[in-house]
Amino acid sequence: MGEFGTPEELLQAVKKVREGGYRRLDAYAPFPIEGLSEALGLKRNLVPAITLLGGLAGGIGGFCFQYWAAAITYPLNIAGRPLNSWPAFIPVTFELTILGASLAAVFGMLALNRLPHPHHPVFNVGRFTHASSDRFFICIEAKDPNFHLEKCARLLQEVHAHHITEVSDD
Amino acid sequence: MREHEHIDSQHDHNDPAGDAKLHDGQMDLAAVRAKLQSKTGKQYWRTLEELAGDPQFEELLHREFPRQAPSEWDDSVDRRDFLKLMAASLAFAGLSGCGRTPEQYIVPYVKQPDGMVLGKPQFYATAMPFGADAIGLLVESHEGRPTKVEGNPDHPSSLGATNVFAEASVLNLYDPDRAQTVTKFGEIQTWSLFEQSAQAIAAETRAAYGAGFRILSGIVTSPTLAAQIQSLLTLFPKAKWHQWEPAVGDGTREGAKLAFGSYLNTVYRPERADVILSLDSDFLGSGPGHIRYAKEFSRHRKLNGPSDTMNRLYVVEPTPSVTGATADHRLPLRASEVELFARALAAKLGFGGSGTLPAGAEKWLDAVAKDLQEHKGASLVVAGEQQPAEVHALTHAINAALGNLGATLYYTYPLEERPVNHLESMAELCADIEAGKVETLLILGGNPVYTAPHDFDFASKIAFDQTTKQKKVKNTIHVSSHFDETSELCDWHVAESHYLETWGDARAFDGTLSVIQPLIAPLYHTHSLRAALAAFSDKPGVSDYDAVRANLEALGKRLLLMSFPDPGSFEKFWRKSLNDGVVASSAFAPLNATLKFSPANLPTPKPAPADEIEFIFRPDPCVYDGRFANNGWLQELPKPVTKLTWDNAALVSPKTAENLKVAQNVAWRGGEHGKVYSNVIDIALSNSKVTAAAWIVPGQADGTVVLPLGYGRKRAGYTGTNKGFNAYAVRASGALWTAFAPSSAIKKTGEEYPLACTQYHFSMEGRQILATGTLEEFRKNPNFANEHAELPPKELSLYNGEAEFPYNRDKWAMAIDLNKCNGCNACVVACQSENNIPVVGKDQVMRGREMHWIRIDRYYEKTVKTATNDPSSYDQSLFNPPTFFQPVPCQQCENAPCEQVCPVGATVHSAEGLNDMVYNRCVGTRYCSNNCPYKVRRFNFLRFQDWETPQLKLLRNPEVTVRSRGVMEKCTYCVQRINNARIESEKLNAPIHDGAIVTACEQACPTEAIVFGNANDKDSRVARLKAQQRNYTLLGELNARPRTTYLAVVRNPNPELESA
Amino acid sequence: MSAGQPPFDSPEIRRLTPVIGPGHTYGSVTDKISAIVLTRPTSLGWYVGFLIAFSIMGMMTVAIGWLIIKGTGIWGINIPIGWGFAIVNFVWWIGIGHAGTLISAILFLLNQKWRTSINRFAEAMTLFAVACAGIFPLIHTGRPWLAFYMFPYPSTMGLWPQFRSPLIWDVFAVSTYGTVSLMFWFVGLIPDLATLRDRSVRKPLKIIYGMLSLGWRGSARHWHRYQSAYLLLAGLATPLVLSVHTVVSFDFAIAIVPGWHTTIFPPYFVAGAIYSGFAMVLTIAIPLRKAYDLEDFITMRHLDNMAKVMLSTGLIVAYGYFFEFFLSLYSGNKFDVFLVQQRLHGPYAPFYFALILCNILLPQLLWSYKMRHNVAALFLMSIVVNIGMWLERFVIVVISLTRDFVPSAWGRYSPTFWDWATFIGTIGMFVTLLFLFVRVLPAISIAEMRELVAETSEEEK
Repeated sequence: MGEFGTPEELLQAVKKVREGGYRRLDAYAPFPIEGLSEALGLKRNLVPAITLLGGLAGGIGGFCFQYWAAAITYPLNIAGRPLNSWPAFIPVTFELTILGASLAAVFGMLALNRLPHPHHPVFNVGRFTHASSDRFFICIEAKDPNFHLEKCARLLQEVHAHHITEVSDD
Repeated sequence: MREHEHIDSQHDHNDPAGDAKLHDGQMDLAAVRAKLQSKTGKQYWRTLEELAGDPQFEELLHREFPRQAPSEWDDSVDRRDFLKLMAASLAFAGLSGCGRTPEQYIVPYVKQPDGMVLGKPQFYATAMPFGADAIGLLVESHEGRPTKVEGNPDHPSSLGATNVFAEASVLNLYDPDRAQTVTKFGEIQTWSLFEQSAQAIAAETRAAYGAGFRILSGIVTSPTLAAQIQSLLTLFPKAKWHQWEPAVGDGTREGAKLAFGSYLNTVYRPERADVILSLDSDFLGSGPGHIRYAKEFSRHRKLNGPSDTMNRLYVVEPTPSVTGATADHRLPLRASEVELFARALAAKLGFGGSGTLPAGAEKWLDAVAKDLQEHKGASLVVAGEQQPAEVHALTHAINAALGNLGATLYYTYPLEERPVNHLESMAELCADIEAGKVETLLILGGNPVYTAPHDFDFASKIAFDQTTKQKKVKNTIHVSSHFDETSELCDWHVAESHYLETWGDARAFDGTLSVIQPLIAPLYHTHSLRAALAAFSDKPGVSDYDAVRANLEALGKRLLLMSFPDPGSFEKFWRKSLNDGVVASSAFAPLNATLKFSPANLPTPKPAPADEIEFIFRPDPCVYDGRFANNGWLQELPKPVTKLTWDNAALVSPKTAENLKVAQNVAWRGGEHGKVYSNVIDIALSNSKVTAAAWIVPGQADGTVVLPLGYGRKRAGYTGTNKGFNAYAVRASGALWTAFAPSSAIKKTGEEYPLACTQYHFSMEGRQILATGTLEEFRKNPNFANEHAELPPKELSLYNGEAEFPYNRDKWAMAIDLNKCNGCNACVVACQSENNIPVVGKDQVMRGREMHWIRIDRYYEKTVKTATNDPSSYDQSLFNPPTFFQPVPCQQCENAPCEQVCPVGATVHSAEGLNDMVYNRCVGTRYCSNNCPYKVRRFNFLRFQDWETPQLKLLRNPEVTVRSRGVMEKCTYCVQRINNARIESEKLNAPIHDGAIVTACEQACPTEAIVFGNANDKDSRVARLKAQQRNYTLLGELNARPRTTYLAVVRNPNPELESA
Repeated sequence: MSAGQPPFDSPEIRRLTPVIGPGHTYGSVTDKISAIVLTRPTSLGWYVGFLIAFSIMGMMTVAIGWLIIKGTGIWGINIPIGWGFAIVNFVWWIGIGHAGTLISAILFLLNQKWRTSINRFAEAMTLFAVACAGIFPLIHTGRPWLAFYMFPYPSTMGLWPQFRSPLIWDVFAVSTYGTVSLMFWFVGLIPDLATLRDRSVRKPLKIIYGMLSLGWRGSARHWHRYQSAYLLLAGLATPLVLSVHTVVSFDFAIAIVPGWHTTIFPPYFVAGAIYSGFAMVLTIAIPLRKAYDLEDFITMRHLDNMAKVMLSTGLIVAYGYFFEFFLSLYSGNKFDVFLVQQRLHGPYAPFYFALILCNILLPQLLWSYKMRHNVAALFLMSIVVNIGMWLERFVIVVISLTRDFVPSAWGRYSPTFWDWATFIGTIGMFVTLLFLFVRVLPAISIAEMRELVAETSEEEK
C-alpha cells in the first residue's frame, strides 16, 4: 500500500499501477476525486437501476394498494365519490414512489459497498487514519494474479509514494 | 327479623366499599358501617337516632351523589367510589327502615312480566300535571326504567307532541339532588315517625275543630288530591286551603269573573280561526293547552300550493315570544299599553269607552279591527296570562261581539277544583300568620319562600325568629321534590315523588281527566302530595293506587253517569283509562256563558307613566317559575329568542339600552357562538333591589325591561343554585306583573358579566339561509324559494360519467317546514333525551362547545339596509325586525364534505344514504367539523358525559352509544329507531310504511314542522313535501346534496299594513 | 487569493467574495471542524443555553401530559374553530423544515458551491423541524392513543385509512419526507463520521463513531457508488420537498371552507415554506458561525445569498397573497368575497396587517446591499420573517373557520395557556436538538469542504 499527498499524485500512481498490469487494486481518498473511477476502470454501477426498480415498486404497489383498500376489500360510500377515486390516490402514490426509490438508492449503495463493514485489513495500517482527512492511498491486493510483494513495492516507489506499507490480513 | 335481613344485606353491600372515604364526603363510610354492624336487629332502631343525629352523617346524606352537569374540571370518580356510593345508598335504604327492602333493587326477573321482552322498550300512557293543565304522555321504558317522554296522540292537550318541560321532566326523576327521605330539622326521619307526629298534630287540630290548620298548594287539577283535601277540610271544619301559583296570573280567572260573573275556563280552537289577535298572549308557546293550540294553529297554516289559504296572526306584545315570532304582524307595545289597545279595539268594535293609543298604533288597530270584523265567527282574540282582568274581560266581550263563542272558542267550568284569587289567598295566609292564627302550615309542593312576593316576606313567617326566639307557626311541613329554600325553614320536609313514580290523576286544559300511572317504583323514600296529606287524615296509609281508583270510580258514577254493576266492569273501565291515557269522554262540556259586562263602564285606567321604565315579570321559557332550575337540559337549552343559556338577564330594547348606556361586547374565547359580556345593572324596584346582567333584545317595546322569573335560586341543587338573578326579589304584591320606576332606578354597576349565548350573530349577511316571502309573492311566483339557488350541474363533476350511488331500497330524508316552526325548542330537548346528549355546563357553552345535535337558529330580517350586526348599537331595523327560526340538524348530505376529509373513515355513508358516525373509529381530528358547511357536528372536547352518577345511568337510552372523550358526534336521523323499524319490517317481511319511523325531533314537534320518511316512496309525506315548490336546499350551491331540505316561510300579511 | 486581497465591500470584488476563507488545506479544514466536536472544550455558554432550551422542552412535555389527561378541551379550540394552534404550528414547522433538504438537494443539483458549508446543519434543522411538526398532528387528535388508525396496518376489522382525505396524504408525505431527509443527512455524514472515528482519541468515541460510520474507508469504489446514490437522493428529494408542502396545502385547498378552497395554495405554500426555511437557517447560522468562529466557512457570501433567496421567495409569497385576494374578488363567490373583507376589517384584521408587514413590507429592505451585509440586521430580519410566516398560517387556519357559511355558527378563537406552552415548548425542543447536534456531529460537511479546498486550489493554479 502506498501513501500520497495530493489527489494528482494519486491519479498518476493509479494510472501507472494499472499500466503495470495490476487489476485488483483500490484507492482511498478523503473525498471523491474526479477521474479516479475512470483511472481505476470501474464499470458503471448498479445504484441507478436499483433506485428505478424501488421507485416503480413503490409507485405501482402504492396505487394498487389504495385501489384494493378503497374499492375491493372494504368498499365504502365516502361522500358519494366513486370507489376508485383515482385522482385522490395520486398524492400517496407519488410519495410512495419517492420513498421506494430513496430506500432502494441508499440501501442499494450500502449493500453494493458491502457496508457496514466495521473492520477491514487496511485499518491495520497506522497511517491509514489520514485517509479520512488529508492523505491518499493506493492498495494493491495480494489476490491479484500477478501480485508480487517486491515488485509492487518497487512500482509504488517509482510513483513516489511517501510511505509504502504492507497490509497484513489479520 | 326483617330488620335483621337489612343488616345482613348491608354487610354484603358494604364490603366492596372498603374503608376509604367517599370521594367528596365528609365522613368515613367505615364508621357508618361500624355503627350498623355493632348493633343487632333489635337495637337497630335505637341506633338510628344516634346515626341520624350525627351531623357528618347528614352531610354524607346530602353529598350522597355527585353532580348532574359535569363541570369542566370534573374530578373523575373511579369504579371503587361508585361501589362506595351504591353501598352508601343501600345503607340509607336500610336506615330509613320502612317500605321496600334493598334487595328489590337487585332481584332480576325470575318470572318475566307479561309483554316484557328484555331489550325491547315498552310504552305506558301517563300524564304530566303542569299548572292548570296536564300533558298526556307516552313514556318509553327500558327494563322498567323510564328513559324518554313522548306525547300521547290520544290526549287532547298534546295530540302526540310535547314541550320542553315534558321532555325534560324525565331528567328530574333521576336528578341526583332530589330530596330522598323524610327529614325533620334537616335530619333524617322515618315515614312512620312522620305519620306519628302528623297524627299527633291532627289530634290537636281536630280538638280545635281545625282552627289554625292551613294548607298551601299550587293550582290543583287532580280530583283525587282535591278530594283528599276536601275530606281533610270536612274533618277540620275551621281549617283553610290557600293556593299560590307564582307564574300564573289571576287575570285569567278574574277576567272571566268580571265578564261572566263567575270563574270560567276558556278553551280556544285556533284551527277554526282565520284571523287571530294575541294581546300579549304566548298561546303557542306557554299556558294551558299551548301544545294543542300550536298544532291546530300550524294545521291551519299548512300550505300545499299557491292556491291554499292560511290564517293570519296579529300579535301585540311587549317582548318577543315564539308566538310573536310566528306572527304575520307584530306590534311591540309596553305591557301596560296592551290594555289601552284592547279598550281601543273594543271601542272600534262598537262597545262604548275608548282608549288612547301610543303613536303609530292607530293604523295598525284600524287594520286589525277591520280584518276581525270581516271574519266574524272565524276570528279569535286571545289575552295573555300575565295581563290584568280588564284585558281578559274585554277580550271575552270582543270575542262575543265577533261571534266567536262556540266557534273559535268555548267556555267550561274551571279546571281547578277550587279556583281562587291566588294573590289574595296568599295575602290572607300571611296576614293570618302575622295575627298568630296559624298553628300548622302544610305546604304541598311549590317553594313559597322563593316565589312569594317579597313584601310578604314569607321566610320570616315560617322561620325561627332569632330575636324573639320563637316561630310564628308552630308546625310547618313542606312536601317537595327538592330540599329547597322553603324546606330549610320548615320543621318537617317530606320528599315528594316524581309523577313517574306515583299514582295520581289530573285534568287537562279542556277538563279531560287522565290517570297518572307510575312507570317505576319510587327511587327513594318519597311520597305523593296526597299521601303526605293523608297522614293527617283519619285514615292514613291508604295507598295512592287505591285512592285514585276509588276516586275514579266515584267520578265515573257521579260525572260520567256510568254504572259499574260488578267489579269486572269497573276493572275494564279502569284498564281502558290507563291504556288510553285519558278517561273516556271526561272533557268538560261547553257552557253557553252570557256576558254580564260592558266595556263602556270599565273604570278608566290610570294612565301608565310614559316617562318611566316599565318592568314586567315573565316565567322563564326554560326553567319556568324556578321549579326546573336544577334540570341541566333546560338550563343549557338556548332560550327561543335570546339564545341565552344558564342565566336569565334583564331584557331591554336596543333603544332603551342606548338610553341606559348598556352595551355588550363579544369575548374572544367562544365569541359570537358562546361568550358575550354584558353590562351589569342594579335595579331598585318596589322597595327592593336586585343586580342583573342586561341583555338587548331586538323587537322589544322601548321603555320596557323584562325580568324573567325562576333564576337566582339559593338552594336548588348542584345545577341550579346561584344561576342568574332572582327576579322575585323585586316582585311586590302590588306590582305582581308590571311595575314602574323612573329610569334612575337602573344603575350601571360598571361591571361586566359573561353570558353564554349560543347565537349572537343574527344577520343572514345576504346569504340565502332562509327563503321567506309573503302569500302574495308566493302566489305570483310559486318558485321564489329556488330562484336564486345556483345548483351546479352534474357534468362539472371530476368523476363525471362514473356511477352515482343508487339508494334503491329506502332513501331516508327529512323536510322541515319553516312556515310552521315557531322555535319552541321541544325538538332540541327531545333529541337530547333520545340520544344521551351530555350537558356541558356554562363554561363550556361559553367556549362554543355545547353538544345539541339539533339547534334552532334565529335570524332577524333586515328591513333597513344599514342594519349592523350588533344589537347593542341601536338601529332602526332592530325596532321590530321580522324574526325567523330554522332548526338545523345534520343535513345528511349525499356528497358529505365531512366524509371526504375523515382520514380514518369514521364517518361514512350507509346504503340508505345516512351519514353514519362510527364512534369507535373516530380519532377526533375535527377535520369533518371544519369541512361541514352547516356546522352541525359536535365534539367531545373533554369528558362531557357523567359516567359515575348512578341515577344518570338509569336515564340513558340503551340503544344509543354513550360517547367518550375525543369523539365527534352528530345527528343520526335517530338511526336506532330506523333499525328497530327495519327489524320489524323484516320480521313481517313487509316494507317500512310511511310514519313507522318517527325521529325524536319530529315526534316532539308541536307544529308538525319536521317530517321524516322515505324519499323513494312517492306517496310518503316527506316526498310530497319535497315535491312542493317551497322546498329548497340550504346552501345548495355547494352541491353537498343534503337529504334534509327546508320549505320556505310564507307569511300572510295584511295588504293594508304592507302598503305602509 | 491569499494575501493582499481587496476589502469585501469594494464593488469590483463583490461577486468574488469567496465561499471559503483563504489559506485552508485539507488538514486545516478537517482539524477546524472536527475540533468543535472532539477536542474543543464544551463552553459554559453551551451548558447554559442547553439547560434553558431543555427546560422549555420540559414545559412542552408537561403541556402534552395534561392534554392527554384532560383532552383537547384544554386548548382554545371549539366549534366552529376545530383547528387552532396545533395545526398552525404544524404547518409552520413543516415549512421551516423545507430549507434544509432544499439547500442540500436543489442547490446540489444546481451545483451551487456555496451550499457546502451550510447544508449539513440545514439538513439537521430540517429533521428537527419535521420532528417538531410531527408532534402536532398526533396530539391534536381527540384520542392520540388511537392515532395509529391513520397508518395502513391490517386491523382486525379489516379497515384501512381513507385515502381520499388530505390528512392521510399528510401522513404519507410527512413520514416520507422525514425518512428521506434522514437518509440524505446520514449518507452525507458517513465520511465525516469516519473522519471523527479516525481522529478521536478516546476509545468509546472511536467505537461509537466507528459503528456509525459503518466502516467507511474512502475506497474509490465506494465513492463511486456513493456519489451516484447521493446524486439520486438529491434528485428524488427535490420533487419531494416541493410535494410535501403542496400536500400540506391540500389540507386546506381540498376543504370547502371559504379562504381555504383555492388553487393558488400549493405554489405559494411551497414558496412560503422556502421563505421561512431560509429565514430559520439564517436565524441559526448567524449565532452558530459566531459561537464557533466559522466565519471562514459560513462567509458573508452565504448570508448574502440566503438573504437574496429570502427576498425572492418573499416576493413570490407576496404575489400569492395578492392573487388569493384578487381571485376571491374576481370569482364573485359571496363567501370568498366576504372572507376577504373579514381579513381586512374583521375581528382578526390586526393579525392580517401584521402579517403583511412582516412578510412583505419589511423584507423589501433586503434589496439593500448594506442590509444584506449587516449580520445583526439580517438576524432580526430572519426573526421577523419567521413571525410573519407563523401569522400567515394563523390567518389562514383561524379566520376562515371563524366566518364560514352559516352565520349562526360563527365564533371566535383565542389560545389558552396550554396552547402557548405547547407551541413554545416545541421551540425549546428544536433548540435542544440543535445544541446536541453541534456538540456531537460536525456542523459542516468536512468531506465536501475538502472537495471545495481541492477545487479552489485548482482555481488558483
